[in-house]
Amino acid sequence: MNANTWTIAAARDALRKGEISAVDLTMSCLTAIDAADTLGAFVHKTPDIALDQARAADARLKAGAAPDLCGIPLGIKDLFCTKGVPSQAASNILRGFRPEYESTVTTRLFDAGAVMLGKLNMDEFAMGSSNETSCYGNAVNPWKVDDRKLTPGGSSGGSAAAVAADLCLGATGTDTGGSIRQPAAFTGIVGIKPTYGRVSRWGVVAFASSLDQAGPMTKSVRDAAIFLAAMSGHDPKDSTSADLAVPDFEAALTGDIRGKKIGIPKEYRMDGMPAEIETLWHNGAEMLRDAGAEIVDISLPHTKYALPAYYVIAPAEASSNLARYDGVRYGHRATLSAGDGITEMYEKTRAEGFGPEVQRRIMVGTYVLSAGFYDAYYNRARKVRALIKRDFELAFANGVDAILTPATPSSAFGLGEMASADPVEMYLNDVFTVTVNLAGLPGVSVPVGLDAKGLPMGLQLIGRPWEEGDLLNHAYVLERAAGFVAKPGKWW
Amino acid sequence: MSIDIETARRVAKLARIRVEEADLPKLAGQLNDIVTFMEQLNEVDVTGIEPMTSVTPMRLKRRADVVTDGNIQSQILKNAPDAREGFFAVPKVVE
Repeated sequence: MNANTWTIAAARDALRKGEISAVDLTMSCLTAIDAADTLGAFVHKTPDIALDQARAADARLKAGAAPDLCGIPLGIKDLFCTKGVPSQAASNILRGFRPEYESTVTTRLFDAGAVMLGKLNMDEFAMGSSNETSCYGNAVNPWKVDDRKLTPGGSSGGSAAAVAADLCLGATGTDTGGSIRQPAAFTGIVGIKPTYGRVSRWGVVAFASSLDQAGPMTKSVRDAAIFLAAMSGHDPKDSTSADLAVPDFEAALTGDIRGKKIGIPKEYRMDGMPAEIETLWHNGAEMLRDAGAEIVDISLPHTKYALPAYYVIAPAEASSNLARYDGVRYGHRATLSAGDGITEMYEKTRAEGFGPEVQRRIMVGTYVLSAGFYDAYYNRARKVRALIKRDFELAFANGVDAILTPATPSSAFGLGEMASADPVEMYLNDVFTVTVNLAGLPGVSVPVGLDAKGLPMGLQLIGRPWEEGDLLNHAYVLERAAGFVAKPGKWW
Repeated sequence: MSIDIETARRVAKLARIRVEEADLPKLAGQLNDIVTFMEQLNEVDVTGIEPMTSVTPMRLKRRADVVTDGNIQSQILKNAPDAREGFFAVPKVVE
């Protein structure tokens, strides 16, 4: 039946019509997962939990009036704390950690009857754009055009690979600078980062608290709307979660964007951008125009400074957040030598437990927050951030409803190909996505076409704060017009 | 501002991450590249701009200052690398 290839929307309907049981749907995913170990997507499999949840979902579906996600098998990024199940943010420093509590997002999903298939690979502490910094090893893109293995992107690389390879119907991701949208673009799926505060961060391992947001990664825009609604909502346990009602995002998918104004920011036309990306962007704008939207050129003048501001602010927040990994309360503690005191314990534990990229970012953050540099770097970056946010506010104040940009500066690259690059080159992957985190806006990546090599390419739509429904409606129009139906050929 | 080996050593110390002496030059070089990248921010005129403090203008919620949980000692200690007699155990702190 290949039910693992279904969308959430299709499975929802089939479950209600009794065409399949949640147990059978879950089994088809578990079978696909066991045959896909080479993709490195699932790093902790939880078949027993999945089947228990599926049986409970079947009972609930039978009783009627079950929520949309009841019986839907999902993958959960390793960044989410899941009670009794390893949750280690792909880091050796959290090896063996089994939370005594459940994150708000997974609590909501389970309350809605969703099924957890297991935990998904990612970059360590969500720091990376290629899933190559994981303590579990690389996640691999199911898309392949020659003998090279390609990155699924990062940091939510395992989530992207799992959804694209039909190992699950959808997956949770998190996005601090592009970590949902870039991997979604690299694997030909949909990923939305909601407005900052839409989804609770409680129980999600923190990277940069003012930028982190969780969101869904799915096979269609409709699935993203269904999934996002189930994750969203006010949580008293996260003081930055917004006390706003969650609209019916799926109902917003009318397919009608006539009269809407779409901004094309000239600053996103980068030097050296591949012609294919430029063409894709142009075609995407034409699709929205054909659907009755008005295309307008806009300017977001501080775009160029988003990446440097991000690489001050994110490491600064990370250096504070990751101070908790001290070898005392949870996770790894280094073996100490005779005479070692508490300082040696901290230093050895953190040197052994954190990988090189995480160590670098902690040290960069420590540096920019240290006495004498705080104003020069951190405060200046926060001022530039205010200007970046203002750029967007001015565009929206001028009547723009959504902004269309490329999602990534290239299609997926080969694993290991960036190994000799300096860290800053890898950071350039986030160039089109990071502005959205700095401004706290919702952004969605939609697959729109294949490049000449045969790899998926995505476009990003950026929306007004709290208008995920309207944003997803634009994405829905783009998805239908693009008609992207390609799937990776199965080689794994 | 450039990061020399001495600065790299000091930052590693502040971050409580042990870096071997032989690895300091490479680390200093990488930190230097990143900091140089950040220095583009000096091109921006930020006169009169307030540093951004929150993404959406909202007041943080308040709650009553009361105990909301407790009696979960075993859960708190469950994941500790070294827990003894109801406490986290660490190497000697006071000389």
